[in-house]
Amino acid sequence: MTDTTIQTDKPRGPWGDVWAQFRKHKGAMAALVMLGTLAVFCLIGPLVWRIDPNFIETDTVKMFKMRNQGPSFAHPLGTDQLGRDMLARMMFGGRISLAVGTVAMLVAIFIGTTVGVLAGYFRRIDGLLMRLTDLFLALPLLPLLLVMMFLFRDTVAGILGPRLGTFLLIVMAIGLTSWMHAARIVRGEVLALKEREFVLAARSIGTPSRRIIIRHILPNVLSPVLVAATLGIAAAIITESVLSFLGLGFPPDFPTWGRLLYDGIAEIRTYPERVIWPGIAISLTVLSVNYIGDGLRDALDPRIRGR
Amino acid sequence: MLSFTLRRLLTAIPTLLLISLVIFLLVDLAPGSPMSDIPLTVPPEVRQKMIAAMGADQPVFVRYLLWLKQFFWVEPLYGIDALFGTDFAQGAQRIISWQSKAPVFQIIGERLPQTLTVVGTAYLIGVLIALPIGIYSAYRQYSWFDQAGTFFAMAGFSVPTFFTGNVLILIFAVNLGWFPTIYDTNLEVVDWASFKAMLAQMALPVTVLALFNAAEISRYTRSSVLENLGQDYVRTARAKGMGEGKVVLKHVLRNSLIPVVTVIALGLPTVFGGAIVTEQIFKINGIGAALIGAIHVSDLPTVQTVTFIFAVLIVMFNLIADILYGILDPRIRYD
Repeated sequence: MTDTTIQTDKPRGPWGDVWAQFRKHKGAMAALVMLGTLAVFCLIGPLVWRIDPNFIETDTVKMFKMRNQGPSFAHPLGTDQLGRDMLARMMFGGRISLAVGTVAMLVAIFIGTTVGVLAGYFRRIDGLLMRLTDLFLALPLLPLLLVMMFLFRDTVAGILGPRLGTFLLIVMAIGLTSWMHAARIVRGEVLALKEREFVLAARSIGTPSRRIIIRHILPNVLSPVLVAATLGIAAAIITESVLSFLGLGFPPDFPTWGRLLYDGIAEIRTYPERVIWPGIAISLTVLSVNYIGDGLRDALDPRIRGR
Repeated sequence: MLSFTLRRLLTAIPTLLLISLVIFLLVDLAPGSPMSDIPLTVPPEVRQKMIAAMGADQPVFVRYLLWLKQFFWVEPLYGIDALFGTDFAQGAQRIISWQSKAPVFQIIGERLPQTLTVVGTAYLIGVLIALPIGIYSAYRQYSWFDQAGTFFAMAGFSVPTFFTGNVLILIFAVNLGWFPTIYDTNLEVVDWASFKAMLAQMALPVTVLALFNAAEISRYTRSSVLENLGQDYVRTARAKGMGEGKVVLKHVLRNSLIPVVTVIALGLPTVFGGAIVTEQIFKINGIGAALIGAIHVSDLPTVQTVTFIFAVLIVMFNLIADILYGILDPRIRYD
């Protein structure tokens, strides 16, 4: 009897516990499915739906016939004012929006974790780094982002090409202006961890600071960083679409969801669906990411877990 | 408390100076400056004169110090002069917009009322919606109302304002025709009809901003009330036979509003930032629209000044939040 009960109750690692708790959060699970669907739509979709999103009929007569079509089998979401297929543009737009969100989050988390760990671990530079964080928090970020985009866009695009240049500029600009919360959270965690016995033990056998940080501190700040990272993706996607919406994001032949929405507004009265589709895509992505972040926060908190 | 306030005020000054330097240098040293936009057909000596007329031939440092002096000394003097009819400024040079050749502060003075009316009303309504939702969600935790409130809040800060704004325009302005799509800044409220027109044109932008603000504040209210509902004093109040309404609305609410008030104060400057987008959607001729317009024509003095005003707002409201916290919560006394 006892043997069978032990066997059915398989041992779970710490990540198994997290997953078990995460699965209890219904909203987060629904969001995970939603985000998965959106990711498949954007990443695998273009392999199935093989229309070039930037394809414009070279024949003028044909091009005029192709313009502003409603939904049909050939173009399920219709075509835009230049006769480009909206479904293909939505897929490519999603790729870029998701890529911007992820890479910008990675930049922000990298800067935030570095600053946070350094400030928490080395008392000498703590004051300086936290002053820097406070300074960044007091900057008016949206106006500064707009100014940065406007002033540097052409130069960077001239050096790296319009696609890569704009992408890198947007990602760096968003990353550089959104690392502060991660830094604060990480610093707080590190300050508490530094006084724990295992760090003391590591130090007393002569482990150098670099290795203590990598082997002992970083794995333990992973969970707050994960939550901050998830929420960071959502914020980055919103920021990118705001920039595109204000006309200071990606160039027009480079569709992102924000850009598509911005392009659709000019003809919102006649073709409202051109605003609705990208808007729904952005909202659903951000909503799912936020819900997943919420679920992760609950799942990674050992005080809530197991309740 | 007084010494804390003074100390905080004094630390705000170097922060502001540093921020002003960052903004000034970022805008000024950027490659795409208006000096490079003068057509090549313009003869060099004329080009030199044009640059000199804009004051752009001076070294960066001189221009920065001049701008600081104008921002913190000359412009307030003009402000005093305008208020009391004095002549302190004596014609000192003001910060001039390169685009319109008018003083930047005059432009800001013309644009600010529009922004303040819309943003202020929206924030007030947002708070008024958020508080009851937050309180009731916490009181009935995990009820359907709470779940709906959570979803509402999540959707509120996930759906971008430029999408909600356009959907509202589509439904209420284009299809139903109830409200105008464009905000008319020339409208003056003189009688009942113009007041109604004002309400109609404010309805959509205020709704968009209010929903967005309510989402965040209702979350804070909920968690703060939840925390207080578990406290001992609540049990004591209930044990001595106090009615539920009185317990929640008097004892719990008072204590839980302390962090909420500071969040409301901290959130105000970000609302100005968010209003940039809303002003763009509804074509409101406010300060955000002025900033975007100035950015597109490389009007550096306007961009620097408006951005710095946003920074001043943020630092000021941080200060207000800190001081409010100390005044409201006797457990937190900084001295």
